[in-house]
Amino acid sequence: MSRKILIVDDEPNIVMSLEYAFKKKDFEVFIARDGTEALEIAGKELPNIVLLDIMMPKIDGYETLKQIRNNKDLNGTKVVFLSAKSKLADVEKGLKLGADSYVTKPFSVKKVIAEIEEMIA
Amino acid sequence: MSNYALILIIVAYLAFLFFLAYWAERKHRGKLVNNPYIYVLSLAVYCTAWTYYGSVGIASQSGISFLTIYLGPVIAMPLWIVLMRKIIRISKQHKISSIADFISMRYGNNRPLGALVTVTCLLAIIPYISLQLKAVSETFALVSSNNSYISSGILDDSTFYIALLIAIFVAFFGTQSTDASLGKRGIMATVALESILKLVFFLAIGIFVVYFLFDGTTDVYQKASLTENFQKLSSFGGLENGFNWMFTIFLSFFAIFLLPRQFHVAVVENQNINHLKKAIWLFPLYLLVFNVFVIFIAWAGNIKLPDTVNHDYYSLLLPIQEGNTFLTLLVFIGGFSAVISMIVVSTLALSTMVSNNVIIPYGFIKKLVEGNPEENAKNIKNIRRIAIFILIIVAYFFYILFSNQLSLFSIGLISFVIIAQLAPSFFLGLFWRRGTAKAAKAGMAVGIMVVIYTLLLPIVADVISPDLQITDKGLFGFSWLRPTQLFGLEYLTPESNAFLWSMSFNTIAFVGFSLMAKGNYRERNYAEMFVHNENYENLQEGAFVWKGEAYVADIRRLLNRFLGETRTKRALTIFNRKYNISEQEEKADARLINFSEKLLTGSIGSASAKILLASVSKEKPISLVEVLNILEENKETKATNKLLVEKSEELSQMASKLQLANDELLFQDKQKDEFLDTVAHELKTPITSIKAASEILEDDEMPSELRQQFLKNISKDTDRLAKLIHDILDLEKLSSDRTELKIRSGKINKTIKKAINGIERIAEQRKVHVVFEESDYLEGMYDEDRILQVLTNLLSNSLKFTDEEKGMIKVLLEEKEKEIAVVVEDNGRGIPEEDHNYIFEKFYQSKNQNTKKPQGSGFGLAICKQIVESHNGSIWADKTVTHGARLVFTIPKTI
Repeated sequence: MSRKILIVDDEPNIVMSLEYAFKKKDFEVFIARDGTEALEIAGKELPNIVLLDIMMPKIDGYETLKQIRNNKDLNGTKVVFLSAKSKLADVEKGLKLGADSYVTKPFSVKKVIAEIEEMIA
Repeated sequence: MSNYALILIIVAYLAFLFFLAYWAERKHRGKLVNNPYIYVLSLAVYCTAWTYYGSVGIASQSGISFLTIYLGPVIAMPLWIVLMRKIIRISKQHKISSIADFISMRYGNNRPLGALVTVTCLLAIIPYISLQLKAVSETFALVSSNNSYISSGILDDSTFYIALLIAIFVAFFGTQSTDASLGKRGIMATVALESILKLVFFLAIGIFVVYFLFDGTTDVYQKASLTENFQKLSSFGGLENGFNWMFTIFLSFFAIFLLPRQFHVAVVENQNINHLKKAIWLFPLYLLVFNVFVIFIAWAGNIKLPDTVNHDYYSLLLPIQEGNTFLTLLVFIGGFSAVISMIVVSTLALSTMVSNNVIIPYGFIKKLVEGNPEENAKNIKNIRRIAIFILIIVAYFFYILFSNQLSLFSIGLISFVIIAQLAPSFFLGLFWRRGTAKAAKAGMAVGIMVVIYTLLLPIVADVISPDLQITDKGLFGFSWLRPTQLFGLEYLTPESNAFLWSMSFNTIAFVGFSLMAKGNYRERNYAEMFVHNENYENLQEGAFVWKGEAYVADIRRLLNRFLGETRTKRALTIFNRKYNISEQEEKADARLINFSEKLLTGSIGSASAKILLASVSKEKPISLVEVLNILEENKETKATNKLLVEKSEELSQMASKLQLANDELLFQDKQKDEFLDTVAHELKTPITSIKAASEILEDDEMPSELRQQFLKNISKDTDRLAKLIHDILDLEKLSSDRTELKIRSGKINKTIKKAINGIERIAEQRKVHVVFEESDYLEGMYDEDRILQVLTNLLSNSLKFTDEEKGMIKVLLEEKEKEIAVVVEDNGRGIPEEDHNYIFEKFYQSKNQNTKKPQGSGFGLAICKQIVESHNGSIWADKTVTHGARLVFTIPKTI
């Protein structure tokens, strides 16, 4: 069974590292640079996991999450916020909106992979 | 002229006056009624039948001494601006409605004193009113060619009916309001009109006599000088007459203040204190004009009617003799006007005094306390109406009994002498704090007794039993006690004699008693308020000197009785609001007592108001020191209040400034927070990238190309991090003014070229075309390194936002009056409209952080702004461009 992951971030360097790491773990990796693009790809590919940055142009992470949750096709999709916003209030807000996990930047790629593998096991 | 025709004319004239009063009462806001001329004309109520007829009589017998009666007021008028102003102010403050109120209030609201003043006034004025009735009766007889002056029975006597009509008129218009201190505008309007009529008609007869019967004034003089006695008539008559002159001038000086009717028109009816300014010159002028022809009419009468005994009526007899009915009628109407206005105002003033100072406080007060408001208002009005009728009827009987013996002039003077007894307590009381109630009573009583002995006794004795001989031989046969030549002073007229001695004894008694014993606390308190009125003119309720206990509920109940519930409620609500007193307050303070006393004073007079309030409160003695403290405190409170208002205004201004500053600070604080967030976020991004890449690089299986790529990414992110930190520090340094600019004169051309050189390599890479239109001569004052930084920033921005190959950047220079403007234009994406106002804001980006990731550090433009502004220049984005961006900054030109 293929594991699909959608990485949403406007920082190409970060995306590049994550893409390499997940591909190495046999994930099918999709990449979006903003919320609009993310929703489009998610609707089409129905990924198991979405790694979502919060501060992005056009539609931000919060809005993107809301729309993912409104899409019944994406019921089984886990969403993990990846954000530099590290205050407790920000984390709580993210989880309250329905994110399955909240990872603060800078993160350890290995730990992110481990957490996600556990999540979809 | 027939009796009936004349009566018809009189009735028609009275009807007209009724109509005028009614009209004026209804139009009471009109300018016509409330203006200084009405005030001055109503003062002319001073000129009665005595002036109209009596002056001529005196002039025909004793020459120009009639003038003394007018010289007193003329001398008094300039003093009015000080004296009357003070009297009016005090009266308005204390809601005074008569001279009795005024004097009794001055001596601590002393009830017996008020009654004594009232009695004195009655004694003086009732004969005076009967004098007026006598004039009506006699002139009526003359004009109607009825030979007997007095009719046989009262019911046949037209004077009786005229008196009744006048009583009805006063009773109707004088009691429109229960508050006696309010103006009677209807009555004042008729008085003013009558003053015009009597003047005009008297001038008419004067002109008729001088220019129609004679050939002008010289002619009259020449012919008169041939008559006997002329020498006496046209001279002052030596030292003796000089004294008589002086005393009569004094008498009339006092009368213009003290006559109840004069006090009423001058003080109670004063609508505006500034009317005094007009009065002080116009009223003397009125008197002067009135007297211009008196002496000529008198001489003419002496010439033309040598056999007449009735010298008073020359002005009527002359036209009658000439057969000029029309002029006769005019003169009659003029005289009648003088009579009516005097009787109307006098009875109005007296009835108020009688009801407020005698009837109500001495007998009716209990009934009023038990009555309801409507009944009370009705009762008060009825008391006043009855007083009016009684006054006029008493005057009528006095006239029936006595007036045959007396001339107009002598009754007038007796009246003046009696009224003058008020002078010591009135005038000294205004300026001398020591004066006491006891002294005022004593002085007045002694003075009146002397008047009775020296002036009234001889007259009465003559009427009752002519052979008593007191007048000739003196009391108990002591010749120095002869009433009219008291203490052997033989050269004075009876009136001057009476005036001199009564005044002397009165004043001595007043001063003596005052010095002997101090008045009680209340007298001293009122003395202070009257004498130093100018200190307290603005104090009003708050300055009330009262100490004691009273309950608001009792006072409210009391006020309800007289004002009715609605008015009471309204008055108390206003009072509470004015002094910020709670409606629930149970205990009444001095202010409420005073406020209520004034409210009641208008209706029932100060004496009764005091009694009523005393019945619901327990007053405690209060010392003058306490009084002065209260007054002083009040003054201070006033000053403090003013200060407080100013301060609170200042404070509220400061508060709003603080609010603004606080908002600004909060905003800045929020911005600072957001800035730190942004900084953290921006720092974390390259760090995340570096950390992720370095983790990945641990993987040995990674192809070397990819490895190179990751390593390169790490290097780039490190640079980005370093740049970010540099920018943040730079911005911080600039905004905290820690940098010192090295400003020198320099060629801006050179600097721009340097900047372009700096970015040339990148521009070439991106194939963006950079154009610079040089202007070689321009020199500016600037720190080259810093401006280079600005230029580099702007050029880099343009480079970032322009597309490759198609991109075009243009640098232009514009010379302005004092500055050089540097323009950097490009054909790139441009600046979103909503961002125009914010792109230079230091912390702005954080706000749009979610939706718009800044490229680079995001602080570039903020730094540019700091640098340009520290050169006293400005930087902005041109909003008018539709394509691309156009950023402009200015620097000062080298002078």
